[in-house]
Amino acid sequence: MVQAKHSAIRFLLGHQPQQVSGCDPQTTVLDWLRGPAGRKGTKEGCAEGDCGACTVTVVELRDGQLQYRAVNSCIQLLPMLDGKQLITVEDLATADAVSPILHPVQQAMVDQHGSQCGFCTPGFVMSLFTLFHDQRAVQGASDSGLARQDIDEVLAGNLCRCTGYAPIVKAARQCSQQAAAGDEFSASEAGTIQQLQQLAHDDMLEMEFQGRRFFAPRSLQSLWEILAEYPAACMVAGATDVGLWITKQLQQLPVLVYVGEVQELQRLQVNPDTGVLEIGAAVPYADVLETLIGTYPELEAMLKRLGAEQVRNAGTVGGNIANGSPIGDMPPALIALDAILILSSSKGRRELPLKDFFIEYGKQDLQPGECVEAIHVPQRPKGLHYAVYKLSRRFDQDISSLCAAVSLRVENGEVVEPRICFGGMAGTPKRARAAEKALQGQELSLERILAAQQSLLNDYEPLSDWRGSTEYRMKAAQHLLMRFFLETQGEAPVQLQRGLD
Amino acid sequence: MDRSSNQSKQLAVVQQSVAHDSAIKHVTGRAVYVDDITEPVGLLHVYFGTSKVSHGRIRCIDLAEVRSFPGVVAVITADDIPGNNDISPRHQADEETLASEFVHFQGQVLFAVAAESRDIARRAAQLAQIDIEELPAVLSIETAIEQQSWVEPPYEMQRGDAAQALASASHRLQGELHTGAQDHFYLEGQASLSIPQEDGDVLIYSSSQHPSELQHLAALALGRPDNAVTVEVRRMGGAFGGKETQAAQWAVITALVAVQTGRPAKIRLDRDDDMISTGKRHDFRIRYDVGFDDTGQILGIDIELAARCGFSADLSGAISDRAMFHSDNAYYFPAVRIRSYRCRTNTVSNTAFRGFGGPQGMMGIERVMDAIAAHLGKDPLEIRKRNLYGDEGRNLTPYYMTVEDNVAPEIIAELEVSSQYAKRRTDIAAFNAHSPVIKRGIALTPVKFGISFTTSFLNQAGALVHVYKDGSIHLNHGGTEMGQGLFIKVAQVVADAFGVPLAQVKISATNTGKVPNTSATAASSGSDMNAMAALDACNKIKRRIAEFLAGENADAATVKFTQEGVWDGQQLHRFAAAVMAAYLGRVSLSAAGYYRTPKIYYDRDKAQGRPFLYFAYGAAVAEVEIDTLTGENRVRRVDILHDVGRSLNPAVDLGQIEGGFVQGMGWLTTEECWWDEQGRLRTHAPSTYKIPVSSDVPEEFNVQIWQRGENREPTIHRSKAVGEPPLMLAIAVHSAINQAIAAVKSGRILPFLNAPATPEHILMCLQTTHDKDEMTHNQSKETR
Repeated sequence: MVQAKHSAIRFLLGHQPQQVSGCDPQTTVLDWLRGPAGRKGTKEGCAEGDCGACTVTVVELRDGQLQYRAVNSCIQLLPMLDGKQLITVEDLATADAVSPILHPVQQAMVDQHGSQCGFCTPGFVMSLFTLFHDQRAVQGASDSGLARQDIDEVLAGNLCRCTGYAPIVKAARQCSQQAAAGDEFSASEAGTIQQLQQLAHDDMLEMEFQGRRFFAPRSLQSLWEILAEYPAACMVAGATDVGLWITKQLQQLPVLVYVGEVQELQRLQVNPDTGVLEIGAAVPYADVLETLIGTYPELEAMLKRLGAEQVRNAGTVGGNIANGSPIGDMPPALIALDAILILSSSKGRRELPLKDFFIEYGKQDLQPGECVEAIHVPQRPKGLHYAVYKLSRRFDQDISSLCAAVSLRVENGEVVEPRICFGGMAGTPKRARAAEKALQGQELSLERILAAQQSLLNDYEPLSDWRGSTEYRMKAAQHLLMRFFLETQGEAPVQLQRGLD
Repeated sequence: MDRSSNQSKQLAVVQQSVAHDSAIKHVTGRAVYVDDITEPVGLLHVYFGTSKVSHGRIRCIDLAEVRSFPGVVAVITADDIPGNNDISPRHQADEETLASEFVHFQGQVLFAVAAESRDIARRAAQLAQIDIEELPAVLSIETAIEQQSWVEPPYEMQRGDAAQALASASHRLQGELHTGAQDHFYLEGQASLSIPQEDGDVLIYSSSQHPSELQHLAALALGRPDNAVTVEVRRMGGAFGGKETQAAQWAVITALVAVQTGRPAKIRLDRDDDMISTGKRHDFRIRYDVGFDDTGQILGIDIELAARCGFSADLSGAISDRAMFHSDNAYYFPAVRIRSYRCRTNTVSNTAFRGFGGPQGMMGIERVMDAIAAHLGKDPLEIRKRNLYGDEGRNLTPYYMTVEDNVAPEIIAELEVSSQYAKRRTDIAAFNAHSPVIKRGIALTPVKFGISFTTSFLNQAGALVHVYKDGSIHLNHGGTEMGQGLFIKVAQVVADAFGVPLAQVKISATNTGKVPNTSATAASSGSDMNAMAALDACNKIKRRIAEFLAGENADAATVKFTQEGVWDGQQLHRFAAAVMAAYLGRVSLSAAGYYRTPKIYYDRDKAQGRPFLYFAYGAAVAEVEIDTLTGENRVRRVDILHDVGRSLNPAVDLGQIEGGFVQGMGWLTTEECWWDEQGRLRTHAPSTYKIPVSSDVPEEFNVQIWQRGENREPTIHRSKAVGEPPLMLAIAVHSAINQAIAAVKSGRILPFLNAPATPEHILMCLQTTHDKDEMTHNQSKETR
């Protein structure tokens, strides 16, 4: 099947239709904004998606509705905007240079003294603007505004070095109180929807620049065909990892395949027959949170600390798995649930237990031309004890020193199917077989947990690096098994409680 | 506290919570930073290559491939510098712009490449073939002391006979504490744009706290006089000391490229390179030997401060001095000796950072307070209060300055009540008794911070004020704006002086062509000095207008500048009308203002003097909890009471207090600079280096400006400096964590928690505390 193609990136900048062609498809949204677009309001703080100074809002048409999402423009690639609306800080206030009429979120930041040096401010403004268009802001806010924990969640991806955040939190509260009233963007929603519908198309964006190629296939079939032709192609979903290869390692990727437009990879459904949760590989975290947490509430704390809002809006579960990182947080959590990976190519489809996907550091069981299509998370068994723990130097938006996932059932007083998986303890996410064995078929007791702690010494030889020494990683891993045990015993509190004073 | 902003249309007077002058530009993205300046035609983008070894002799830098990379226009090395190859701030000639023969740390700049785009420059820079013969590297404080590797000779101050006091004290404790380095993490990285001018001159736009120094260093590098270089700074996207000396290298490099190629040249550092190649807060090893009586009152103390300075002196001498000046914090020592080692290591040259050594000095003595309390089984607050400076006989610092303005006892007393310290301490003990895993701790620590540059000659400032014919005012001064609100404060002072609305005062970029020979905007002295200089300029112009309006027969003193207008003794003139009249009467309406800080002096040989005009005070109570299984921690509540004298702008000052505290909290908790065994910094991006985020700040964060504050010294409107002191309030957090760790044991040993208190360090400290506890336990049972 030959698919229709186009080679110009078409999107809305504010309300202005843009058509960009002839550019390097590796161009980041930020570089395009600050360069050719002449919009210098959006700042580069780190060029790796960790500081939020470059935050912009990307609006997509989803089921006929506008969906506002904050993303880090420094690691978003320009072609990924195709068919969407991009809103930057310049779009919010009136153009008057001397006394512009400010957007409510901008006014709130001024009223609360939320800026000092001002460099992070446009990023905060755009995070707050996105919040302003988020149902949470409208529905979750009481008279006194959004709760602190919800505000922290929205702001976790924006670093400020001057204010200590207190005035920005107040500004967030102030604008959440006003969100229900809407703004110019809400008022012009119908027009925006129309504009986006006009941009919508079924043909594939395909670009070529100095011999390097970019594809944005729209169907699985089309993706397979491209991968068959370019087995070494680099697939990119949210670009929260690949973006850094470009900005930091200055890599020039010969063939880039953006999978975010592949309709089949956007599926998120519970199979009515098996109860299995099927997560398409290109579904961003932001979309999968609610469903996953619905079945496995134990995942909530970790998922809300995974990256930050901007990262979860772009990053995907499939990407987190496919890049094979030993410190990704999702693989241990899913391995402990015995998740299955669906891999496919033009040659066919296969199923692989997720635990078997990671062969060694930097090496996964992914054949040339093959893609991760979906992750299948089994239905929750009755009586499951499940816990996921993330340890990091900073609570929010930090890569784990180690991540632990434990699941087991107790039947007739005996531990059944214990699955213990750690991230950050080996070159790959890895099951703790010896520790599992120490529990298997035994009573869940302090004595057995102590034995499992000892067994971890046989399971892992963790590295020493800047995220944790060998000694700390092992000690903390052992202690997390104790935490799990104490929690099953209902003894409280055994974890720090955030924001619950 | 009213933090609502006043519209700029209203009359702006001092002591009001006026919004930052750039607030609207900040929120709309229209505030222009160096990299936002419209790019001049022909702009070259500059990048650089660095050393990948910690110490070595350069055998060869082969730049052929760099030069031939398409789009590369120029490559410069040490050989291409016509003048001095030195960017050391005190001209110690120990810090080259581009390394010539030796490299002294990983990340040292070897060469610069100028190209048609930044991308090209970065790619080309990677193509250099660098051959360096490795030499042994000194990486740690311990090795440096062993080898007596100093950037400046050790320095000592003493008063009384500490050795004798220690020998005869009924209690004596020794201890050691390490505090970590801290990256500034200003959100705007280092950036500079140089534009060639006539006569081979150059105009430099830089993100710098010290335009005059950039001017001078660029002139030296070019082999030209200072007047060939002009430096302009409108604003910085944060600095915190990290752009006091560290901005110079990039400015000099772009100036060299601009003059050599005749084209404008810009550099903007990538975050990782910024963190690798520019200096940080000094890590310190602090040792103490303290003698005290049964009540916990200190009788004598011996303190040793060893700073890791990196490969060059930079400001390390003054920073180490300030650490010594603050190793008493708010406490009186009857007999004291303080020794300071300024260690030369093959790591990046550490530099100014908010507090400038003060925080490290204070960490030592606050640890001593906790140690004494643990030893005597008393509340640490009781020990702190017992040792505070007092009246005659207990008011002399280790450097013989008399503390004349001690308000620490009052502030502590107020805060102790308002924070319910005593009750919460009891509640926490009760909580801990029933919570085996989660432990809580609380601590109250004070701050006393000396205000003035300790290098006395730096305490001078200039301003330039023009009043135009229409009554609008142009304001310029030597201070730079890095977000701290200096510009708005000075503008408030000027508007107040003339009695005009704030909107009538145009704030302008700091420029070496307008106000010369300025000091860095540093040492918290920005508004103290520049507002005074601006006021001096205003007063000169007012005097001239007054003399003109009064005429020959009346007393100029009868002329008053009020918010209603200018009163000449008989009638009221609109300000603009008075100005126009003065202009027509051929009166100069422009003046340069000047200020030098009075009273201060310091005799370095005797280690005696009055290095500070006054002290700023504050105190904080922090309550934390830790997870003893993982070392995770959380700040539950913070109460702060801080003295800013009579605030020039309460909203701005509150922002400094809150922001400073959180930055200090980061230094002591999550922010860890981690070097590997080869001396490579491995935490050089926000992915690995973690400054606080919103959720790290407790929901209960009660920050108050001390309402009774008033500067005893005649500073600008009796205000006090506020930039640095609040950072040290965060010591309460570290102390509280240590208290929480101490709650796991039964004995009277204080845990040896270093900084930063990361989960790892807390867990490891818990481990050794358990072990030690067991040991004391066993010893007391005589089982060993």
